[in-house]
Amino acid sequence: MAQATFRIWRGDKNGGAFKDYMVETDQGMVVLDAVHRIQAEQANDLAVRWNCKAGKCGSCSAEINGMPRLMCMTRLDQLDLSMPVIVEPMHAFPSIRDLVTDVSWNFEVKKKIKKFKPRKPDAPDGTWRMQQADIDRVQEFRKCIECFLCQDVCHVLREHQKHDEFIGPRFLVYTAALEMNPLDTEDRVADLKERDGIGYCNITTCCRQVCPEHITITENAIIPLKERVVDQYFDPLKKLFRIFGA
Amino acid sequence: MASVDLVWKNGRFGQTSRRDTWWLEPLLVFLGLGAFVVYATWAAFQGNHYWHNQYLSPFYSPEIFGDSPHSLFGPKPAWWPAFMPFSPALLILWAPGLFRFTCYYYRGAYYKAFWADPPACAVSEPRNGYRGEKLLPLVLHNVHRYIFYAATIVWFFLLYDAFVAFRFPDGSLGVGVGTIVLWINVIFLGGYAFGCHCSRHLTGGFLDAITSSPVRHKLYNAVSWLNANHKKWAWASLFSVAFSDIYVRLCSMGIWSDWRIL
Repeated sequence: MAQATFRIWRGDKNGGAFKDYMVETDQGMVVLDAVHRIQAEQANDLAVRWNCKAGKCGSCSAEINGMPRLMCMTRLDQLDLSMPVIVEPMHAFPSIRDLVTDVSWNFEVKKKIKKFKPRKPDAPDGTWRMQQADIDRVQEFRKCIECFLCQDVCHVLREHQKHDEFIGPRFLVYTAALEMNPLDTEDRVADLKERDGIGYCNITTCCRQVCPEHITITENAIIPLKERVVDQYFDPLKKLFRIFGA
Repeated sequence: MASVDLVWKNGRFGQTSRRDTWWLEPLLVFLGLGAFVVYATWAAFQGNHYWHNQYLSPFYSPEIFGDSPHSLFGPKPAWWPAFMPFSPALLILWAPGLFRFTCYYYRGAYYKAFWADPPACAVSEPRNGYRGEKLLPLVLHNVHRYIFYAATIVWFFLLYDAFVAFRFPDGSLGVGVGTIVLWINVIFLGGYAFGCHCSRHLTGGFLDAITSSPVRHKLYNAVSWLNANHKKWAWASLFSVAFSDIYVRLCSMGIWSDWRIL
């Protein structure tokens, strides 16, 4: 068995520091296994949030060697173990303790997005008809496990702390899933422009790069929503057509 | 939305725990885009050696006014102000230039490479203030679709030039190396322009039920296929358009000879 050093951030909202832990590693281990071993053998008070250990619950989000990743999906053989493995909590959310952050801001944001509002049923039995190809587009967005790694890596939140003005990539994906749904009749474009701050996104594609579900966040969700905002607010010809159409 | 209080604030420029070569990609973008802008600006102001027999440099097409046989409306007009520099490229190059400048892919790339906003994912920035594309000046990027319309018109002229490139000065039809260069360029530019995000939106992305029109659905799928590799098309077309100009320029200067293949 090889040994590896894990440099783990220990602290809370008042600050903290990195502490090194030497761990025996086994074949097939992931970072979460190593953190659990440290918790069991060396630091019983180490706080870490986790649940499924299968990359589906989105609980064990952290920053490993500087990049937002799920601890349970980061195998040690993907990392250079000749150097300490740096494990930090997500930077874009307030610290609770050690590797655990307070992500409740996300749930507050979600509540404010207009809910799904389907058109009247297509059939007398109260059901709807739609083409699979039309719904495929929004199905991609429903793969989201709400790990909030995309929120964490987004520099608008992480660096500029625009939490009051920008909902972040996760909720742009959520809005896209509703807005592009062929059954939905609600209009969220005005909210996207004003309250949700879609204009703050400058298309770094970092959100797409860290998504553990490989959702094409920037190209399939955010940019199409930006284009819908352009349709409504920045395209004089379309505006003219709308006036005459109305 | 409630404010949040973060532990990690105001990191110094470049601060990160990343161990990979995060600086490499923005550096390559800086060098690649920077070299292209310098060369394209130089070439646009030259006003000469932009055509060779049946070949016209893409930087100068369509040649609205100019001295070459490719000119649409003859030489430089008499009313052109004497104090203003004249080059046929200056009349048209704004369209493809602005198209790339407002392109979603290039925006993300040059914000990182030229403005460090951010330098790379999860790397600290040099400044605290941030306006994004919500306010002036970057909100003007929303004109992208109008620039797309203008760039599409230019592309059709380049397509015409690629057909003209089959006709040699003696009137015979054939294929020269220049013909292939111009065709590769027009294909790469087409893949880039028609696969752009606003093209994807305009061909069907604005609809929730795209399948309501089968033709539109097929078109949307084709554009989406191109769009999936938009970054590759963007770089391939950037190199091809610069190389096409270099090829025509060097042939025109007599440094290279155009080899007739067929």
